[in-house]
Amino acid sequence: MSQYLISHWGWYPPLVYTLMAMLAASLVLLVIAGGSVVFIWMERKVAGRIQDRLGPTRVGGKFGWLQTIADGIKLLSKEDLRPEGADAMLFRIAPYVAFCASYGSFIALPFATGWVGLDINVAVFFVVAVLGLEVFGVILAGYASASKWSLFGAMREAAQVISYEVPLGLCIVIPVMIAGTMDLTKIGNLQSGWFTNWYLFHDPFTFITFFVYYTCALASVNRAPFDLAEAESELVAGFHTEYSGLRWSFFFMAEYGSMFLVSALGSILFLGGWNGPVPVAAWIFGEHASQLSGFAFVLANVLGLMAFILKAVLGVTVMMWIRWTLPRLRIDQVITTCWKYCTPIAAVMFVGVISWQLMGLPNGGDVLPHHEQGSRRLPGSLRERPFETGDALPSANSVGFESEHGEQERGQVDG
Amino acid sequence: MGNRNGGRWMGEINGHTVLFLFFGILTCLFSLAVVFSANVVRMAFYLILALAATSGLHFLAGADFVGTMQLVLYVGGTLVLLVFGVMLTAQNPFISLRTAGGDWIVAALVGGILLVILVPVAFQIGLPPQDAGDIEGLTQREAVASSEPVSVPTATRIGLGLLGVPGDDVSGYLLPFEIISIHLLVVLVGAAYLARAKRKVVVRQESQNIAGS
Repeated sequence: MSQYLISHWGWYPPLVYTLMAMLAASLVLLVIAGGSVVFIWMERKVAGRIQDRLGPTRVGGKFGWLQTIADGIKLLSKEDLRPEGADAMLFRIAPYVAFCASYGSFIALPFATGWVGLDINVAVFFVVAVLGLEVFGVILAGYASASKWSLFGAMREAAQVISYEVPLGLCIVIPVMIAGTMDLTKIGNLQSGWFTNWYLFHDPFTFITFFVYYTCALASVNRAPFDLAEAESELVAGFHTEYSGLRWSFFFMAEYGSMFLVSALGSILFLGGWNGPVPVAAWIFGEHASQLSGFAFVLANVLGLMAFILKAVLGVTVMMWIRWTLPRLRIDQVITTCWKYCTPIAAVMFVGVISWQLMGLPNGGDVLPHHEQGSRRLPGSLRERPFETGDALPSANSVGFESEHGEQERGQVDG
Repeated sequence: MGNRNGGRWMGEINGHTVLFLFFGILTCLFSLAVVFSANVVRMAFYLILALAATSGLHFLAGADFVGTMQLVLYVGGTLVLLVFGVMLTAQNPFISLRTAGGDWIVAALVGGILLVILVPVAFQIGLPPQDAGDIEGLTQREAVASSEPVSVPTATRIGLGLLGVPGDDVSGYLLPFEIISIHLLVVLVGAAYLARAKRKVVVRQESQNIAGS
């Protein structure tokens, strides 16, 4: 599009790039802001239904569609309070730090083939790295509020998030290892075709890994039953006790943004991303399904986008379901869950998937006949190898198993 | 940071230059802020911003992996510093740190020597090669980011360099890497042991107290 503007309209290139960047940035902002509006409404409805209530029913008609908007207006009109002993600068800036971290990680998240803010080839790594910075906002908020409740919440959050980074990272490495790339777009495209190609069904180990990932993701975005940083029954409201109005709502936008993000990341890594459960595109377009252009490409991508958003929203809904079902864990239980359950399980799954690949056992993709798609035969991916024959792997492929950190590069060695 | 953009480059200011200057100036400003602020938590906060701006410079140079590593390791490492800062200053004994005069002199000396080494090196490297992308008004970074020239996966090269390319006689850095990781593991186990031993004593005393009463 930017090429079109430059070549046909003769626009000044830097201006075009700036405009495009702003357009992409505001689209992502729209996803977060609009998303959190919808999610907050959804959370109310889900909570209501689970507790045998109706939830909001009045504002905006039968289903209370506009409840969140009304709340937003209320929040806008609230006074921006600041406690007397607070560190003014840090207190003001903390909500933005949390929000920026959540927002920043959306940059590298692809929504469909090629529909991504910045297509970097270490996207998985980038998303996790930037998302991990959200905890800064929480710690700063807790410290700057000059309140014991806030500080308690912040310190819990710090302990929790730092701990859960370990199993989360281990779980994320597994699909990366199978795909042989850290590029989220490629990982998504590698799982096209039947749903058995999804890494969730790759082998029994990845199936378990997904649930460990989901648990860790839940903890790392600070949702119930791991929402100890807020813990409204014991810490008033935890790290955001002293916040009001718009600054408070920034924390919530960050939280809902992160929830969507980890669900979306999980759906790309394990649930095939923008690929539907059945290879519709391959039926319609046959051989050319991976090299679409023009209108067909946009159409396929819109369908993919819908599938992707559906999966991510489903993940968020399950998070809400869990929140209103399970009681909150104690901090020692949270840490125990991390170090005594999630981390060892993730490590065993990691070794298990390596062994599965090494022994050349059949994976989920071999169960159903799959359509040959160019996107599945990306150069430098594990898929390049004829797994269907069940042969032992060529000897060159076993290079790189000595080190965990070399795993991602193993695929490229062959290519 | 902005040295290489002076003089000869003033003629061609493109998006890349602007972004480079932006991130460079941000890094400098936040680094100065770290030095001149007295509160530990604020220092850590400015340090995070300075390091994040540095990772922006890495991304601008097309080094995705290094930039992300910067975010994970340095910024994540500073997180721990921040946590300790919060823990220490919450009770107000260290709320502001004053630097003694002698420390200033030593720090200025070390920093000055480093600067004296770095500046000539920066000028010796010279200008980056002008890619074909620059001719059509595309900046280098945008040429890398656009889909047509396939961007080289930097992580692959780093990983291969670490492992040593199979077939070649290059051994890579696998052994030092493993030694370092074992070392870190031992340190972690040691730290956990020390932390645990202390708690055990407390528990025993409590149980004795309970038994005595």
